[in-house]
Amino acid sequence: MSDFQQQALQLAGQQDNPDWLAQVRKTGAQQWLKSPWPTRKTENWKYTPLAPLQRSEFQQWAAKTSGWQDRIEFLELDATRLVFVNGEFDADASDSELPAEVVRFGDATADQHAVIAEHLGHIVDSEQHLFAALSNAWASEDGVLVHVPKNGELSKPLYIVHVSTPTGVPATANQRLLVVLETGARASVIEHFASTDDEQDGFVNSLTEVNVGENAELRHYRINLEEENLLHVGGIHANLQRSARLRGFTVSLGSKLKRIDYQINHCGEGAHLDLQGVYLPKNKQFVDYHTNVQHKVPHCTSNEVFRGIISDSAHAVFNGRIHIHKDAQKTLAELSNKNLLTSSKAEIDTKPELEIYADDVKCAHGATVSQLNKDAMYYLQARGISRDEAQVMLSFGFINELLQDVAEPAVRDYLAPRLAGLFSSNKELLQHLQYE
Amino acid sequence: MLTIKDLRASIENEEILKGLSLDIKPGEVHAIMGPNGSGKSTLGNVLTGREAYKVTGGSVDFNGKNLFDLEPEERAREGLFLAFQYPVEIPGVSNMEFLKAAVDAHREHRGEDAISSVDFLKLARETCKEVDLDPSFLKRGVNEGFSGGEKKRNEILQMMLLKPTLCILDETDSGLDIDALQVVAKGVNAMRAEDRSFVVVTHYQRLLNYIVPDKVHVLAGGRIVKTGGKELAEELEAKGYSWVEEEVA
Ligand SMILES: Nc1ncnc2c1ncn2[C@@H]1O[C@H](COP(=O)(O)OP(=O)(O)OP(=O)(O)O)[C@@H](O)[C@H]1O
Ligand SMILES: [Mg+2]
Repeated sequence: MSDFQQQALQLAGQQDNPDWLAQVRKTGAQQWLKSPWPTRKTENWKYTPLAPLQRSEFQQWAAKTSGWQDRIEFLELDATRLVFVNGEFDADASDSELPAEVVRFGDATADQHAVIAEHLGHIVDSEQHLFAALSNAWASEDGVLVHVPKNGELSKPLYIVHVSTPTGVPATANQRLLVVLETGARASVIEHFASTDDEQDGFVNSLTEVNVGENAELRHYRINLEEENLLHVGGIHANLQRSARLRGFTVSLGSKLKRIDYQINHCGEGAHLDLQGVYLPKNKQFVDYHTNVQHKVPHCTSNEVFRGIISDSAHAVFNGRIHIHKDAQKTLAELSNKNLLTSSKAEIDTKPELEIYADDVKCAHGATVSQLNKDAMYYLQARGISRDEAQVMLSFGFINELLQDVAEPAVRDYLAPRLAGLFSSNKELLQHLQYE
Repeated sequence: MLTIKDLRASIENEEILKGLSLDIKPGEVHAIMGPNGSGKSTLGNVLTGREAYKVTGGSVDFNGKNLFDLEPEERAREGLFLAFQYPVEIPGVSNMEFLKAAVDAHREHRGEDAISSVDFLKLARETCKEVDLDPSFLKRGVNEGFSGGEKKRNEILQMMLLKPTLCILDETDSGLDIDALQVVAKGVNAMRAEDRSFVVVTHYQRLLNYIVPDKVHVLAGGRIVKTGGKELAEELEAKGYSWVEEEVA
């Protein structure tokens, strides 16, 4: 067992342990203990060094801090807002009135406890996902439940902000969300992982479990914009029931360690997944997206598009697995991953992984790695646009193709200028970009 | 305006231009015709500085400047414009932001401030009308999903906004319907001026009925092999190129 595994268990021991969470915590801890610590030989972690976790001694929970308020910019939208600081609920920064469908675990009613008990830790397969086991072991009252009843709708998007701040010692935070949409229900949820721009010293383990019921629809956004020293391992695990729709969008900057898993299970016929992602590591940052789409039943569709721009000496990993089971006839599955390398030291490991056991399916996948398109560069220059500005325009254009399709305007408006700013600190080179 | 002397250029070590000379005076319209693969587009690309093309000999003087001392964007700002035979699609970059960036780059070069967004929008919309392009094309990605003819009109739109002094139109008439051909010709004719010259590359005499050239050249095998007045275009249309090539041989 690694030092980190040991420390993580001790941390679990330091938490309050409410009765109704005891079971999930206990099985989580057991699974965490049983799980071998990943090495370079572990297929799922081959390119993802966990050394930064081992280098620090995590001996305490991060505590809520203050003084961050004017240093974090929120999205501007009419939404229900919940804010957690270093994993701890911050009532002052959160809306005081919550819709009936949304509750902090600690404030849940008996009925809601039942929903939590039914789903929490049961959607995710913690045997396959070691950090999910850890999240179970660390489950606390500071999680969020969204439970929308049959044919109901969240009247406003739910906007969850996870703020990280440095605490002076390596400390950990656990962030947990459970979304349960009953038949025909609809919701839009934005998870925003933010930090102050200080040098961070913590580790964040975040886990989102989703059950999209029959004919229900969830729009889910996951935005990771933390400072580059924050260590973050996260996962989104969703079960899609008959004719359910999940429309996901995610963006990540890199950090010393940033790993995000999307595990989507098509459990009911006619379910549909749309997932778009953008990753933009620079400097010496690292970012890793692993997606795993399980087509278990017939007539389902999935469409994944991920794009990355890797700069400087950064390293990105994209692993897109699609597993079409024997019975999943008439599946339509598409996966596209395009990468731009803007420096000779930038590195990408991209791997589509297809396993197809049904014969009547359509499955398209492609991964590309390239530099900026020379013809496009020349076209812009031939109109008098400088090389530097042309580079910025084309880099932004490359991700803007995905941003343009983001359904929630507030997400688009927030991200576009911030992401564009990554391509140059010179405002003149950004002046012509249009963020709409 | 433009003096090309004995220009030699190659791509991937294959010489395409083999000693091409051409002199264009202010206000003139020159037509260049010639068989497929003879080097017409290569000439435009070499003049505008496309990276893959290597100049191996000769000189080009553009308004007193050695063209090859200038980067592609500098050539453009100095007034050189190429309407591309195959305009590239750039999804994710809106036509509007592209056009404004181009116009502002030209303005900055002249020592002027950037045009305000409001003024530019107005200007762009008006110019769209002149080339019969719906203003909704301003919002789309650069040439993204444009039909062949729409791409060509977008090239003319850029020419009108940038007001270059030397405009090279590389088969701008190919793929245009009859109405669009007239729109393009009207645009070009409206821009004709004493201090502005045009090089019109075309396969069809028809365009030259609308844009009447001062000179017609035949480019074959990487060189100008024959030059004449506008009647040469008619002769070529009737007889093809073989007689010219035989004459030269
Ligand atoms: N990238 C390239 N690599 C190799 N050969 C090339 C390349 N680009 C152009 N050529 C060759 O250069 C020659 C001249 O091409 P160019 O496009 O200038 O012809 P053109 O006169 O414009 O023909 P068209 O009338 O068909 O437009 C052709 O034989 C073409 O195949
Ligand atoms: Mg050509």
